[in-house]
Amino acid sequence: MYAQMVKTDGARVRSLDEMDPVERAFQERIDAGQKIEPKEWMPEGYRKTLVRQISQHAHSEIVGQLPEGNWITRAPTLERKAILLAKVQDEAGHGLYLYCAAETLGVSRDEMYEQLHSGKAKYSSIFNYPTLSWADIGAVGWLVDGAAIMNQVPLQRCSYGPYARALVRICKEESFHQRQGFDILMNMVKGTPAQKALVQDALNRWWWPSLMMFGPSDDASVHSAQSMAWKIKQNSNDELRQKFVDQTVPQAEYLGLTVPDPDLKWNEEKGGYDFGEPDWSEFFAVIAGNGPCNAERLDARKKAWNDGEWFRDGLVAHAEKARSRRQASRIAAE
Amino acid sequence: MSSEWPLWEVFIRGQHGLNHRHVGSLHAPDAEMAVNNARDVYTRRNEGVSIWVVRSSDITASTPSEKGPLFEPSNSKVYRHPTFFDVPEEVGHM
Repeated sequence: MYAQMVKTDGARVRSLDEMDPVERAFQERIDAGQKIEPKEWMPEGYRKTLVRQISQHAHSEIVGQLPEGNWITRAPTLERKAILLAKVQDEAGHGLYLYCAAETLGVSRDEMYEQLHSGKAKYSSIFNYPTLSWADIGAVGWLVDGAAIMNQVPLQRCSYGPYARALVRICKEESFHQRQGFDILMNMVKGTPAQKALVQDALNRWWWPSLMMFGPSDDASVHSAQSMAWKIKQNSNDELRQKFVDQTVPQAEYLGLTVPDPDLKWNEEKGGYDFGEPDWSEFFAVIAGNGPCNAERLDARKKAWNDGEWFRDGLVAHAEKARSRRQASRIAAE
Repeated sequence: MSSEWPLWEVFIRGQHGLNHRHVGSLHAPDAEMAVNNARDVYTRRNEGVSIWVVRSSDITASTPSEKGPLFEPSNSKVYRHPTFFDVPEEVGHM
């Protein structure tokens, strides 16, 4: 999940009877499946939670460009390079759709950037792992984008209109990302034993962090229950993780790979796989800023933002100059 | 601190013969850059044949809380819909 552990502020989910008439009317609209649009009344908690969730999601798309950007200049063929460029460009686009959706809630993009750069806002833990070989680019597309799709498809039905619509656009494009990753791996496993070993190594390193993307079990979480009541979350983390494992294990088998989980076993009764528990201490360490690449990712983001300042300012200066020139010529003509 | 680029609303004509439709928004320093950015952000897969950009601050919107009084006048005029009138079957297509 690109937004992990989003807080909601409330201590518990209140029933309709406990709400004042305005809030109750709002909740009833959500229960009836109506979309909430910008400028309409909404509880402050709903607004704040959405800003957190959408901005975390947007930051994840933007930071997510970095591990892949590492391989644009190292792609094995010109075609792979063009495809990877297009994919990374999509991630930038996804970030922009999402920032705009968040902006309809009264927070500016520059404010959100500031929160990302100061470390106040989070992004998905997954992007704090390094991409060590070309097989990692395949694994990221297959697993990371695969997990993202699992999470984003139900979010298209989210109660907040601008977020839901951004996700419709995102989901349309995301399938390309997963397939290009799988395609890289299909090619590599048909190659030399050394190439196949690279793929297995990539799976070994990305499997657990991918499962962590869905966040820790939230069946007992107040935040999660509130988000579900507001329909800005549709499924529990465990539900989505289970779906992801069930979908992905046969794909790993197709590639001739071994999933690095000794507890992985088909459970006929539940019609899904049983699997081991990710190392949540690692997850919390990464979220807290202590993953292998946290510092590197944030530094790269800040550098890009700071180095681009003169250019952004230049464009603003140009726009202002052009505007005053137009104004002057209009006055002269009158 | 530099000034933030203004926000633009983007409208795309998907195909010849269709209306421009709102697809989202973006930031750009001026209209020309807004069109350039809109091409990259919203038409990476041939989604459009024409782009309009409008500064968000130039859009006047109706107020959601006045939705009732604003649209009420048309609610009561059901006869504006052709299905309000019964046409006998013998009359045929009308």
